[in-house]
Amino acid sequence: MPTARAARRAVARLGAVVLTGALLAACGGSSDADSADGGNGKITVTVDLFGSFGYKEAGLYAEYEKLHPNVTIKQTDTEDEADYWKSLQTRLAGGGGLADVQGIEVGRIATVTQQQSDKFEDLKKYGAESLKGQFAEAKWAAATGRSGEVLGLGTDVGPEAMCYRTDLLKKAGLPTDREELAQRWSSWDGYLELGKKYKAKAPGKSAWLDSVGSLYSIMIGQQKERYYSASGELIWDENPALLEAWDRSVEAAESGLSAELDQWSPQWNQAFAAGSFATIPCPAWMLGYIKGQAGDAGQGKWDIAKLPGGAGNWGGSYLAVPRAAEHKKEAYELIKWLTAPEQQEKLFRKVGNFPSSTGAIDKVADTTDPYFSNAPIGRIFGDAAKAAPVQVLGLHDQSIAQQITNALSEVERKGTDPDKAWENASKGVANTLG
Amino acid sequence: MTAVSLPEGRPVTLSALETPAPPVPPPPPSRPSPARRAWQKMSPYAYIAPFFTLFAAFGLFPLIYTAFVSLYRVELQTPGDMEWRGLDNYTALFTDDFFWTSLRNTFTIGVISTVPQLVMALGLAHLLNYRLRARTFLRTAMLLPYATSVAAATLVFAQLFGRDFGLINYVAGLVGIGPIDWQTGTVASQIAVSTIVIWRWTGYNALIYLAGMQSIPQELYEAAEMDGASKWSQFFHVTLPGLRPTIVFTVIVSTIGATQLFGEPLLFEGSISGGISHQYQTLGLYMYEQGWGFFHLGRAAAIAWVMFLLIVVVVGVNALLAYRRTRKEAVR
Repeated sequence: MPTARAARRAVARLGAVVLTGALLAACGGSSDADSADGGNGKITVTVDLFGSFGYKEAGLYAEYEKLHPNVTIKQTDTEDEADYWKSLQTRLAGGGGLADVQGIEVGRIATVTQQQSDKFEDLKKYGAESLKGQFAEAKWAAATGRSGEVLGLGTDVGPEAMCYRTDLLKKAGLPTDREELAQRWSSWDGYLELGKKYKAKAPGKSAWLDSVGSLYSIMIGQQKERYYSASGELIWDENPALLEAWDRSVEAAESGLSAELDQWSPQWNQAFAAGSFATIPCPAWMLGYIKGQAGDAGQGKWDIAKLPGGAGNWGGSYLAVPRAAEHKKEAYELIKWLTAPEQQEKLFRKVGNFPSSTGAIDKVADTTDPYFSNAPIGRIFGDAAKAAPVQVLGLHDQSIAQQITNALSEVERKGTDPDKAWENASKGVANTLG
Repeated sequence: MTAVSLPEGRPVTLSALETPAPPVPPPPPSRPSPARRAWQKMSPYAYIAPFFTLFAAFGLFPLIYTAFVSLYRVELQTPGDMEWRGLDNYTALFTDDFFWTSLRNTFTIGVISTVPQLVMALGLAHLLNYRLRARTFLRTAMLLPYATSVAAATLVFAQLFGRDFGLINYVAGLVGIGPIDWQTGTVASQIAVSTIVIWRWTGYNALIYLAGMQSIPQELYEAAEMDGASKWSQFFHVTLPGLRPTIVFTVIVSTIGATQLFGEPLLFEGSISGGISHQYQTLGLYMYEQGWGFFHLGRAAAIAWVMFLLIVVVVGVNALLAYRRTRKEAVR
């Protein structure tokens, strides 16, 4: 009937108009949130980092923005370096989504210099050669490519010490003075002995150590040749120093000294505040984690003593500018300022990341930290930084280390036989090298 | 009353008051223009072309290129350097213990997550079939877990299953069961991961079963009741056979989903190796570890193809069993 058909047609037409309108609205106007540059020459420099570099906490970004009013800094941060590196590699392979400044860990810098020097800017173009004298020779050389390109500027180094909870040690009847402790645990055997004493009278459910993985990482940091020999050969499974570090870690696990936590996991973060462990081997950059996770409640409960065994280094990073970055010149200016001796000194005093800039190291020798019961961190970490061996860096350092700490987790958490765990580590390393 | 046969051939009875209008002869068929004829022939292809263009670009091409890449050694750091390997990536796979572990894990997690899920979905659908109050609300609420994001759900469950501070261990402690290490134990971690999957998919499958149940004619139930069948018997002998096509569908879809399980194992501990001894690493996660953990893209491509062939085999077996069952029924 005419009226019904006309009504149906009208509805159909109306529906078609609404649908078209909706589709057009959905297709239109994709705002690109990434290039959030405002007008008037204001630019946003993006910085992508891992762990705790401490720039934001120390207020360095705010200071830089005041000095350069047309620059806004936006930082993204991934806690676990392995996750960060994986994401960075994916973005480098795809060529998109890279920040203007990318952090590179010292365990990965060999990959950058040997395989990816074409993906990062040669900072000599912007005048980085003049900064060479600021850094220790080894630190500078590690970020230099085969043809002399400067691929990154050094940020911090990781001299090692031992951080501990004074209140927990006191409850277990152990000494809490840092000099005395440094003497009692001048060797790793002494440290493990003290651990067993602590276990016998441990308050609550706390353990001596956060995980044997961190113990291993600290011990291997005391060695010059770790996974690769100075001539570039892969020696990890025959290196006596590594085998000794493995054996000691296994001993710690089998004596039940570990809280069996997974480093950089949410449970590990919670454990700082919950007091699940009495000591934690701490390179300088760990101080930032401790302050961040234990918070105000931990003020004055922590202290730092000299590390058992010799001086060691764990970590240290660089800041690099990818070729695909949007604001390369401004990124270079930013990293030049951030890694300058004055800023590195400020960073150490506020957050605890130890400078790699030779000018700053001398200036901070007298620093103490009220959070850590006024421990003389300038002296402790300064001495460790000077005495630490210059480590040989290899292509797959970080990946091999991860397989070994994984295997150690199996020993401590599942009670796997150490030989079986070593086999698993070997299989894992074979997979890594591929 | 006159019975008149209209052109379609159906006899129609008309009352005396109505007289049939004389049938209007159809207009002489005019030849449509060549352009119109061409359009009529081509228009179906034109309508489906957008989908197939996108499929060719984003579905078919990656499929073939992955097979190509799986014959080379390609590393993520240097994706341009491709070194010919032939079938070495595949043979390396079959000699890798972790591949067999992840295959076994995929199978066990698949069984632990799929079987309870489908059984519970069946029971829930049966309950929802009754005339309950707030039926629509209950049915909508059941679909909510499906609507959450995999990442959010897994992270929350990971907290619940935490060893030291998790809610589940706390409740277990109240009834005297010691803290279970949900992350480290093989069975415990697989049960935990399966729980997340079951939580997500049970409601979805229940609604599918519910739809299937509502198409079973009521007369069958009445006939069964007249024959003296109990509620249980009715369920087994009326509902289940009536639901068979639906059940086959959900089993196939669940199997495909279980073989591809990736998000839940990855985010459970954030570990790409699926736990410290690969105890809950599925094939999907193993592929991710090879490709983005160790950066061996060639190996990851080989694993992707092995997974594809595995799914084809499993679904083929499923379909064969269903077909043979249907044949048996038809013969009876």
